Amino acid sequence: MLLASVEYVRPRSVEEALSLLAANSNARALAGGQTLVNVMKARIAAPELLVDLNDVPELRGIRETDDGLELGAMVTYTQLARAEEVHRERPILADVAAQIADVQVRNRGTVGGNVCSNDPTNHLPPVLVAVGATMTIAGASGIRLVPAEEFFLGVYLTAVSPGELLTGISVPRRQGGDGFASVTIGADGTCIANAAASMNGSLRVALGCVAATPVLIEVPSADEESVRSAVAGAELDPPSDIHAPAAYRRQLARVLATRAARQASGAA
Amino acid sequence: MSEPAAQKTISVEVNGSTYEREVEARRLLVHFLRDDLDLTGTHVGCDTGNCGACSVIVDGTLLKSCMMLAIQADGASIETVEGLGADGELNALQQAFGEHHALQCGYCTPGMLMSAKALLDENPEPTEGEIRRAIQGNICRCTGYVNIVEAIAAAAEAGR
Repeated sequence: MLLASVEYVRPRSVEEALSLLAANSNARALAGGQTLVNVMKARIAAPELLVDLNDVPELRGIRETDDGLELGAMVTYTQLARAEEVHRERPILADVAAQIADVQVRNRGTVGGNVCSNDPTNHLPPVLVAVGATMTIAGASGIRLVPAEEFFLGVYLTAVSPGELLTGISVPRRQGGDGFASVTIGADGTCIANAAASMNGSLRVALGCVAATPVLIEVPSADEESVRSAVAGAELDPPSDIHAPAAYRRQLARVLATRAARQASGAA
Repeated sequence: MSEPAAQKTISVEVNGSTYEREVEARRLLVHFLRDDLDLTGTHVGCDTGNCGACSVIVDGTLLKSCMMLAIQADGASIETVEGLGADGELNALQQAFGEHHALQCGYCTPGMLMSAKALLDENPEPTEGEIRRAIQGNICRCTGYVNIVEAIAAAAEAGR
């Protein structure tokens, strides 16, 4: 398919990328392109300028720090799935990254692209909310830090404003176990519903695909009854679509929350 | 950094030959390969990133060339299905696909071969499960995959 005419530029630093994004209100950051290019083919988006982030070294790489992990926004799913640091510190991220789509998409798709597109069926938003990640957003006025649970604002909408850039994601050191469960369209396909859980004293469960943004639920204990009643208490109003009616998604949310909680509490 | 531009002259190496062409920024890599370089082995299937028929290897990374812009490949080294055989001879993978009846209509085959090549480059002795996961991004509507998996296993065996 033919894309609408567009300009292209490949900056070498975050600073250059920010000035390019600030100079054109219809500029879009191009990360792995596994969503944006298709959206442009369908002419759902028609940016005037693509700011390709693939040559910005500051956005690459996974670092282990005293507090946990620092993920560059341009880390690919394949890198996340394979990094030793991730397997050591927060293996759930590697497990989940390895079940996104297929080899080709994992080779190109990025962590930053996944969260900034904020498709409600994406894998990483609930996981990052459950583990209590912090997003680093750079802009003309400097850097600001946004907790994952405040980052996702609506369908395809995040706290990254025009002219800003998500540069990295900090994932805290693991206190207890983590878990993730999903029901997908085919193996490793799009999620119909998913749930992520993380133990840190209490249990944090984040439900995906049941609202515009991940639904965070704090559960006092990880036993099945507590998790089920906490999910019921959230009074979910999930969407119906060709893959599942709302009632089925609501049921999946309960089941998947329980499975993720069981994994996080080490009982699985 | 260069200035924003709607077109640019890019230089890419494809299967060992270097090409310089002016491309529009909106041009997909798959269209650049097929229409500008006349390398029509790489197929356009779904054009939505689902089917894998357009899979190629760019700087050692397997990807779908309908989800990358040609302008992004400036300076890159690309492998396509045309680069698999040499001097009119099929390579071991291609031969195994023929011998094991791993294709019927052939539409998915170029992408399937590139995914198989990327797998064997990295993992010369894959298990059946690893082969199946490696071709997850490539859809075949003729074979039911069984013969494709057998062909890749046979090529791996032959390469040992």
